[in-house]
Amino acid sequence: MAASRRDFIKLAGFSVAGLCFGGPTGCATTAPVNGQGTAGKRWALVVDLRTPCPEGCTACMKSCNLAHNIPQWDDIKHEIKWIWKEPWEHVFPEQVHSYSTAALRELPVPVLCNHCDNPPCVRACPTKATFKTASGIVAMDQHRCIGCRYCLAACPYGARSFNWLDPRERLEEQGAALSRDFPTRTKGVVEKCNFCSERINDDASALPYCVEACREACSRHGREPVLHFGDLHDPSSPLLALLRESGANTIRRKPEIGTRPHVFYLV
Amino acid sequence: MLEKAFHGSYRYWSLVGILLLVLAIGAIAYVVQFFTGLGVTGLSRDVSWGLYIGQFTFLVGVAASAVMVVLPYYLHNYKAFGKITILGECLAIPSVLMCMGFIFVDMGQPTRILNVFLHPTPNSPMFWDTVVLFGYLVLNVVIGWTTFGAEAKGIAPPGWVKPLIILSIPWAVSIHTVTAFLYCGLAARPYWMTAILAPRFLASAFSAGPALLIILSLVVRKYTKFDPGREAIQKLGTIVTYAMAVNVFFIALELFTSLYSNIPAHMEHFQFMFLGLEGETSFITPLMWFSSFVGIVALVLLLFPRFRRNETILAWAAGGVFFSLWAEKGLALLVTGYIPTPLLAVPHYAPTIVEILISTMIWAFGFLVLTVLYKIVTSVREDLEQV
Amino acid sequence: MFYDAGKIFTGLAIFLVGATFPFWYAMAAGKTAYKPEPVFPTSTSQCVESTEQMIAGHMEILDDWRNEVVRRSDREPIEINGTAYPKSLSRGCGNCHADQTQFCDRCHEYAGVSPYCWECHVEGD
Repeated sequence: MAASRRDFIKLAGFSVAGLCFGGPTGCATTAPVNGQGTAGKRWALVVDLRTPCPEGCTACMKSCNLAHNIPQWDDIKHEIKWIWKEPWEHVFPEQVHSYSTAALRELPVPVLCNHCDNPPCVRACPTKATFKTASGIVAMDQHRCIGCRYCLAACPYGARSFNWLDPRERLEEQGAALSRDFPTRTKGVVEKCNFCSERINDDASALPYCVEACREACSRHGREPVLHFGDLHDPSSPLLALLRESGANTIRRKPEIGTRPHVFYLV
Repeated sequence: MLEKAFHGSYRYWSLVGILLLVLAIGAIAYVVQFFTGLGVTGLSRDVSWGLYIGQFTFLVGVAASAVMVVLPYYLHNYKAFGKITILGECLAIPSVLMCMGFIFVDMGQPTRILNVFLHPTPNSPMFWDTVVLFGYLVLNVVIGWTTFGAEAKGIAPPGWVKPLIILSIPWAVSIHTVTAFLYCGLAARPYWMTAILAPRFLASAFSAGPALLIILSLVVRKYTKFDPGREAIQKLGTIVTYAMAVNVFFIALELFTSLYSNIPAHMEHFQFMFLGLEGETSFITPLMWFSSFVGIVALVLLLFPRFRRNETILAWAAGGVFFSLWAEKGLALLVTGYIPTPLLAVPHYAPTIVEILISTMIWAFGFLVLTVLYKIVTSVREDLEQV
Repeated sequence: MFYDAGKIFTGLAIFLVGATFPFWYAMAAGKTAYKPEPVFPTSTSQCVESTEQMIAGHMEILDDWRNEVVRRSDREPIEINGTAYPKSLSRGCGNCHADQTQFCDRCHEYAGVSPYCWECHVEGD
């Protein structure tokens, strides 16, 4: 209690000071950082598209939906998506030209929250319900979210979803077996990919559900997985080696807006 | 003064009754939305703000526009605005209340709205918007109450209110600037991310707000014995003309920069708005053509002093300006900003009946507050003139 | 005797009826004061704090856990007498207090509070 009161007074002080110096300027470069337990790490994900996903594979999406109690809505307007696939030409419109083949244009590319170094959603949130953890994850505090959806407007990647209707009711309607390891959400709050922070932070060998499912699915196809996950602050991390080895063929979505995404695409 | 609100004509009570009825119907719609979720609106994952936030944005402008009567009267001692200033302040109060109402009904978790103050977040423009709007409401209530209370008693207003009045002038500019910052700081939405958004907001506010005030003044003069004054109404007409001309100029600047530069991300939004995109034409396209036409015609009428001096034409032109800006800012601004989406989809959005009923409820609430405030002002003025 | 006595006493009477209504309502419904009886787990009598402290302060403990886990990524379990308790409503508390209706709800209903934990957290089965 004492700590939160101190935080409040500190913030009130900053707010007054901010008012004197002309509002939100100067806050742009530093997103609030919470968390000590996982300090020093920098989680990141690599999507290796050098060999595209097996045709029609939805393993990553399915395992994520199941593990995180994500309901499936019939109405496209109410969709909740943490990881899903979009055609190449919509993900990297700047990489398409008049001579691009239809196969490239329509190539399904997995997309998810980029867990930016400099996330616009975190800057926008009026209650710090979305924030950055010490290990680089853009996290959601669903207890605190007021459902204003400013973060949906701010996200340049369309990675956020809002619970337009009661997700729990929908899950029960679908007859889905609820995972006890992860809460559902309530109506009126925003949600997004959390890099499976509920499992990766404690267990060094654990992977996000999507990456794990991708591995299994790809090994069934006798090939290397598309999704790779790791800690970029660990000099011995295979992920870092993968990024370095692919050199200039590593691209990110909209790097020009300075969000510094931590989902990398190898092409 | 408040007792004046409880003694009125049959016409006054009928108006109050009708507004209360609309409020009650809207309240039922809100109960439905509260218990079902915002899924009862036309909003979606891709167009996540719509009618509610559009109305909020438009009304912040109407609220801020009170400065257009306060500034000439108090800073330049422009006597002709002596009677109309209180009408401007009494328009700002219900406008801010409606803004708050629209924000409230847009919340997914309205019961947690105080989290904005429990966890203040200076890096969010939305936090600042809440702060400046509350401040503006308090300023206007205190200023209006004190100055008009003094006038009713036939004494000079207390000295301490003058600094507050001076403060309310930049404060009015600040509420609309911060509202523009909500949008123009988002790299995700090229249509909004323009440095000219705040000036554009102010220009459209300073035409739409005084335009409404012209209509309200004419109504007040027609139905009560209180006359805000022909000179004041004419001067408002001049203000609307200049502000609307600047607003049209700003929009032309936007169009030039977006279209001449030929950057797809910037052009596509205008394409969607005026032509439709990828075969998807929403109600925004006909609305924008119609409202642009109405806006231009109104501006042309206003530009000629001969037309402007005719109060019937002035009233129609003011109505045209108000409608045109309401369509542009209250609807098109929001929807167009979201389409195409960051993933280049062209989603469909149209407000639902529930959404429209709830919005009507808030407008009815605003008009109710406005009616009561104007009733008090006109009754006090009528009494003063009889003495 | 009093100015406007009729109005004053009518108003007072309405207030008294309104204020005491819950008592009359409970009596009419035949539901008088009772002691809530939450069902305690039989497997263990050990919790993260003493029973008294849990009764008085479980909501604060849960709130602290929530902040530690959600906001500070600190999932270090609570260890008491060699047993590790995860800081989790479903996987921590729920391991012993498996049935929410037999435990949480008993007192919450009595106290007339309706926390929204179970709107999201999935109860143990």
